[in-house]
Amino acid sequence: MKKQLFFFFVLALFSFRAMSELTVSEVAPGVYVHFGQHQLPDAVNQGAIANIGFIVGDSCVAVIDTGGNPAQGYALKAAVEKTTNKPVCYVINTHVHPDHIYGNIAFKQKGVKFIGHQKLARAMSARGDYYIAKAAEQLDIKLTAKHLIFPDIAVKKHMAIDLGGRKLILTAHPTAHTDNDLTVLDKQTNTLWLSDLLFLEHLPVIDGSLKGWLRVLQGLEKQKYKTVIPGHGAIVTDWPTGLLAEQRYLQTLLTEIRGMLAEGRFLEEAIELVGYSEKDKWQLFEQFHKRNVTTAFAELEWED
Amino acid sequence: MNINLQKITFLLLLITPLFAAAAVDESLWDNTLKPQYYAGKVIFESNDIIELDVPYRAEDPALVPIKIISKVPQTKDHYIKKIVIFVDKNPFPFVGEFGFTAFNGKADLAMRVRINTYSYIRAIAEMNDGKLHMTKKFVKASGGCSAPLGADLDAAMKRLGKMKFKLGAGLELGKPSMAQLLISHPNITGMQMDQVTRFVKKSHFVDQLKVTFDDELVLTAKIDIAISADPNFRFYFIPKKSGVLKAEFMDMSCETPVSRAVCNPGKRYSYSYTVTP
Repeated sequence: MKKQLFFFFVLALFSFRAMSELTVSEVAPGVYVHFGQHQLPDAVNQGAIANIGFIVGDSCVAVIDTGGNPAQGYALKAAVEKTTNKPVCYVINTHVHPDHIYGNIAFKQKGVKFIGHQKLARAMSARGDYYIAKAAEQLDIKLTAKHLIFPDIAVKKHMAIDLGGRKLILTAHPTAHTDNDLTVLDKQTNTLWLSDLLFLEHLPVIDGSLKGWLRVLQGLEKQKYKTVIPGHGAIVTDWPTGLLAEQRYLQTLLTEIRGMLAEGRFLEEAIELVGYSEKDKWQLFEQFHKRNVTTAFAELEWED
Repeated sequence: MNINLQKITFLLLLITPLFAAAAVDESLWDNTLKPQYYAGKVIFESNDIIELDVPYRAEDPALVPIKIISKVPQTKDHYIKKIVIFVDKNPFPFVGEFGFTAFNGKADLAMRVRINTYSYIRAIAEMNDGKLHMTKKFVKASGGCSAPLGADLDAAMKRLGKMKFKLGAGLELGKPSMAQLLISHPNITGMQMDQVTRFVKKSHFVDQLKVTFDDELVLTAKIDIAISADPNFRFYFIPKKSGVLKAEFMDMSCETPVSRAVCNPGKRYSYSYTVTP
C-alpha cells in the first residue's frame, strides 16, 4: 500500500513537471511573453509575478528575464522547448530585481551567454546576500549564491546581438527604475521590451531615480514602436499613449514633493500627503506608494 | 482585609502574564544594553521628559523617520544634557548620543534611522543633574541594516561630504528656532556583504558631528551605522542675532559592521551657513 502510494506520488510529480511549462502568448511574430499577476511577492506566488519571455530567431533564442524563482525559470525553459527546437543562446536580464533574475539557473549551460547592464553585476553583488535572505523569509524558496548568475556580457550603452536573421538592439539606460535597466528592441517587429521601465496597472516602483526615470521616458516617448512590453501589465500597442499613466504618477510625485520641499515641509508629512490623487488608479498602491515617496523625497531634497 | 488581600492576589495573578511578556521583549535591554551603557544607574521610565514619535510600521526600513519631542524647556538650571538612542535588535543597537545645552531652547530632535527587525526603539534623556529618563516605542520593520545601498550609489558617492542647512519658516530672534542639517554620506553599514565574492565591505559612516552658531555649541553627536544614508537631523537653537551656523563632521571606517575594535578615522568635513532673520 505504502509503495503504491509512493509510486502514485512519483507519477503525479512527473506528470506535473511535464505539464509545467509556462503559458506564453505570441505578442508579435516570434516574440513570446508570459504575463505576471499583480501581486506582492510572497510564499504563495514565490516571486513569480513579472512579465518574462523570449524571442526566437532563425538560429537561436534570446530569453528575456527568467522569472521569480528557479522553478519558474525551468517552466520558461520548457515553454521555449515546446515553442521551438532552436537552442537558447542568450539570457538577457533587464535589471537586478528578484522577480526577473531568480530563474537564471535554469538556463545556465554551455553555449548560453548572460547579458546585463554594466552595473548589473555590481548590483547583484551588493544585494545578493540580502536577496537570498529575503527569498527564504518572504518567498519560502531556498537560494544560494550559485543562483545568482552574473552577466557574461556587460552592456555599456548599446549592443546588437544576432539570433540569426533577427537583430536585437540592447540599450543600457542611465539610473531610472534601478541603476541597471536594460531594454531590448526587436528590429524585425519593432517591438520594445521595456521591462520595468514601464509599469501598467501595477504601481511603478522607484528603486533608482525619479528624475532619471522621467528623463528616460521623455526620450522613449518620442520614438515610434509597434509593440511595447512592460515589466508588469498588459501589452502596449498605442505607444506613447500607454506610457501616460506611469508618466503622470511619476510627474505627480516630482511636482508635489518639490512643492513640499519649497514649503520647508518634512519627509513624514510628504509620506502622508503626496500623490494620493493616484490612489485609485493603481494596484498595489498601499504596498509601494509610501516607499516611493520616501525614495523620491531623499533624492529631491538634494536638488538645488 | 481578607477580601482585599484576595483581590490583590487576584489582580497580581491577572497581570503576571503581562509582566512575563514584557520581560521577553525587554531581555536585550535588561541583560545586554543597560548593563553595557548604564551599569548601576537608575533610569526612570516615563514620557514626561521626552517622548518618541515613530511610525508603527516602517515603509522603508532603511529610512525610518523618527522624532524625539521634549516636554521640558531647556533653561540654564534645568535642561536635557544628552539623549541616547538604541534600537534593541539592530546588529549594532547604539544609534547615537546627542549632546544639548540650554542654548537649544528645546531639545527636540528628528532623524532617519535603519531598523533591522521588529524591535523596540528607545531614547534615554540625561538631565543636567544626572537623572535619567527613558521612553520607548515598538517599530515593525525588516531588513533596514542589510538593505541595499541607496538607490543611486554613484550619485551618492559623488556628493559625499556635501552639506545643507534649512531653517524653519518664521525665524524669530531670541526664540527657539528649528534648523535642519542634511549631510550627504552613504553611511555604509558594511552589512551589504558580497555573497558571491565573499568580499566583505567595510562599514563607512559619519561618526562625529558638531554644530555651532557663532562658535556657541548647538549640537554634538556621536553616531553610528543605524543612521540612514544621507544623515538628516532637525534640532533647535536660539539665534539672538544674525550669525553663522557651522556643521563639522568626521567619518570613520571599521573592519566589521558590529565591532568598533578596528576602525580607521576618515576625513573631516565642514560647512558654514549665514543666518539672517
